Amino acid sequence: MSTLAAVLADGMIYAAWLFLIAAGLTMIYGVMRILNMAHGSLYTLGAYTAASLVGAWLRGGHPPLGSFLVLGAAALLVGLVVGPIVERGLLRFTYGRDEVVLVLVTYALFLILEDLVKLVWGVESYYVTEPYGLLGTVDLGPLTYPIYSGLVVLAAIAVGLALRWGIERTRAGKLLVAVIHDREVSAALGIDVSRVFLVTFTVGTTLAALGGALTAPTVAVVPGMGVEVIVLAFAVVVIGGLGSVPGAALGAVLVGLVRSAAVHLLPQLELFSIYLVMALVLAVRPRGLFVAAEARKI
Amino acid sequence: MSAILETEGLVKRFGAVAAADGISVRVEEGTVVGLIGGNGAGKTTFLNLVTGHLAPTSGTVRFEGRDITGLPSRRITRLGICRSFQIPQVFASLTARENLLVGLGIVAMGRGAFVGSGLGGEPPEEVADRVLDRFHLAAHRDRPAGVLPEGVRKLLDVAMALSVKPRILLLDEPTSGVSADEKFALMDLVLGAIREERVTVLFVEHDMELVRTCTERVLAFHEGRVIADGPPAAVLEAPEVRRLVVGEPGLREGAC
Amino acid sequence: MSDARRTALGLLAAFAVAVAAAPLLPRWALFLVAVALGRGLVALGLLLLIRTGLVSFGQGLFFAVGAYAAGTAGSRLHVGDAVALVLLGAVAAAAVAGVLGLLLARYRTIFFAMLSLAFSMIAYGLLVESPALGSTDGFNVHPATVAGVPFAGRAEAYAPYLLALAVAAAAALALDRFQRTHLGRLAPAVRENELRVEYMGASVRNVVHLNLVIAAALAGAGGAVTALAVGHIDPEMAYWTTSGEFVFVTIVAGTSSVAAPFAGAILLELLRSYAVQHAPNTWQLVMGATMLGIILALPGGLWSIFTRRRGARP
Repeated sequence: MSTLAAVLADGMIYAAWLFLIAAGLTMIYGVMRILNMAHGSLYTLGAYTAASLVGAWLRGGHPPLGSFLVLGAAALLVGLVVGPIVERGLLRFTYGRDEVVLVLVTYALFLILEDLVKLVWGVESYYVTEPYGLLGTVDLGPLTYPIYSGLVVLAAIAVGLALRWGIERTRAGKLLVAVIHDREVSAALGIDVSRVFLVTFTVGTTLAALGGALTAPTVAVVPGMGVEVIVLAFAVVVIGGLGSVPGAALGAVLVGLVRSAAVHLLPQLELFSIYLVMALVLAVRPRGLFVAAEARKI
Repeated sequence: MSAILETEGLVKRFGAVAAADGISVRVEEGTVVGLIGGNGAGKTTFLNLVTGHLAPTSGTVRFEGRDITGLPSRRITRLGICRSFQIPQVFASLTARENLLVGLGIVAMGRGAFVGSGLGGEPPEEVADRVLDRFHLAAHRDRPAGVLPEGVRKLLDVAMALSVKPRILLLDEPTSGVSADEKFALMDLVLGAIREERVTVLFVEHDMELVRTCTERVLAFHEGRVIADGPPAAVLEAPEVRRLVVGEPGLREGAC
Repeated sequence: MSDARRTALGLLAAFAVAVAAAPLLPRWALFLVAVALGRGLVALGLLLLIRTGLVSFGQGLFFAVGAYAAGTAGSRLHVGDAVALVLLGAVAAAAVAGVLGLLLARYRTIFFAMLSLAFSMIAYGLLVESPALGSTDGFNVHPATVAGVPFAGRAEAYAPYLLALAVAAAAALALDRFQRTHLGRLAPAVRENELRVEYMGASVRNVVHLNLVIAAALAGAGGAVTALAVGHIDPEMAYWTTSGEFVFVTIVAGTSSVAAPFAGAILLELLRSYAVQHAPNTWQLVMGATMLGIILALPGGLWSIFTRRRGARP
């Protein structure tokens, strides 16, 4: 019984973390048709920026509780600076090219960003555990959980709801849906597609960075920390269906639960349980759970 | 004469729409049949059903008396039913000659050859050159198909289908995208090549003048059904066809 | 002179020159070329996949399978002959691809890329969790023999070099020949228009499946060569960044010649050995920038510089 509870709790915590990263990835794909291999590097950037800013905040003698806001600010900073630079400076020159070529472009970007992080922050580890320790723990029956994990879950839920509200209820969201549906027609109707791309990529980058920033207090921030994250996020969005935000949420929960079940029950399966789920889902639903296959007209 | 192709009650539904709604047709060997009808009348759907691109909701397709319903298109092609496409389906980065060699190579492989011609066959390279000559494509031999003008690509598409010596050739609007004064020359070329091979031909066409002169029999489609079937003069004069299909021919002329 | 003959003569000439140059080369260069050719074999397989219209981000899986098969056969089954081990690596990888291909052959574009990546990460996880195979540390490979002569003493440096050269030349020649067969010609046709290939009477899925198996066999041979040259193997060979590097080499070298992947791999290893000493923290940055430049400026890869100048291809 307690194992089941632990599987569920750990699974949801892991799922929240996965969703934060995967939501931006799937959104960027849905709108721009770019499967961004550099997404993990944006996550790393978020983690480093958060570590630096929180460190500075605390050294400056500011109230420790404010460091949670600093985490969010770090994500926003990365999103607003790096997002537009990458989109305007690189990606826009590649629009209209084959999706696989775009994968290669973002793979090159991944290589570049990985080293840029090392150049800026060096190769040693950063630790900013204060926000994590600050909140203490809570007992759920026999299990003890850090309250900080609850914060990550709340953040993921908030992001999910905000995205849903933004897409369904706002004008920008409607433009977004139009562009997802048909890029050419949207452009012909006078929608500024390049602006929609810029906003989408910036939001996606911010979400990746937020994932990294919220992770920073719980781990050692080291170079290459995003290398595995990117394949995890891929698995999640492919399971849910590329381009679908609800799909990413479902994929995150599925992967989160499977991984945590593996950790508790069959630890030796942990490393590849996720990819196994992905391979199984694709075997049954070639385009993921939330995307229907389309017929070709001849 | 015996029926080389026979369909019985072919139905294809997409949701509530019946793109084919009970098509029963017998085609005798060696005839040239025109398929006419407005957009969405079911002509291309009919071709897709016969060639296995679509599986019918119900009904059967028989080729030389053999039930071929639901076979994949590659199997149907190998049995001897080939088609060309409304939008030319060529291999854009391959040269015109290489385009032909794809199909000819597959035929040679059927004879057990991985290079060259195989037992009792002609070398694919020679066949390709001959087909290029016959279709006046020799000048484009080594140019990538993607850069050829639309009309030439159309011709290449037809040549590809014909090069593998099918028993039945299905042409989907072979003259669309070809300028009005080149249409007849193109059809002369195609039908000339076809007559040599004694191939049964079904072709979808919007130009009624072309239908009148080039076919022996016409099937008029409307809303997934064959509403008239007979010699071109009779079908094109039938009141129902005039009302539902031919309409004002002047308007349709330049439309495709 | 036909294209086929020109390629064959070019490959044989390059092979002869490389063999003749062996005594002149320093030890480190022999080692570097052997390792590079091993990786070039994987890139050669990727070249075939790219000509079929597929990019795999999981060739590391077959690379690792080949290496582990050769390594295990060497140390457990005491198979000593290097050529036998390389063949074994190729066969093992081909067998794995034969099974995975049942699923992979249904996918295209990024779905293919992601699924191949997922499979390689499963393999990585399996290897890391296999104490019998050394887990994360991997294991040392038993020194092999070539035609009964052990990889030892003076031969230690030359043997892997010559082995790699022979395997690479044979593989490049064989692949070039294959691409000129009726079956080989279907690869670019599948890339360009699957519908038409089916409508000309061939099974697209079978073509893709076959090319997957061939690419995997090449990657497996490459893994075995690398294992014998380096003398050590570990799960890192299956990690997705290793696969990414193979994609890098193939794209940068271009896909218009079977020699290109090997030239690209040697160039990359040279750059890497330089960078590891002088700029360890900007190495990936240089790689990434190079790749971007090539994708944006030269869609056909580096090798297209040569073919374009010669004007051989329309």
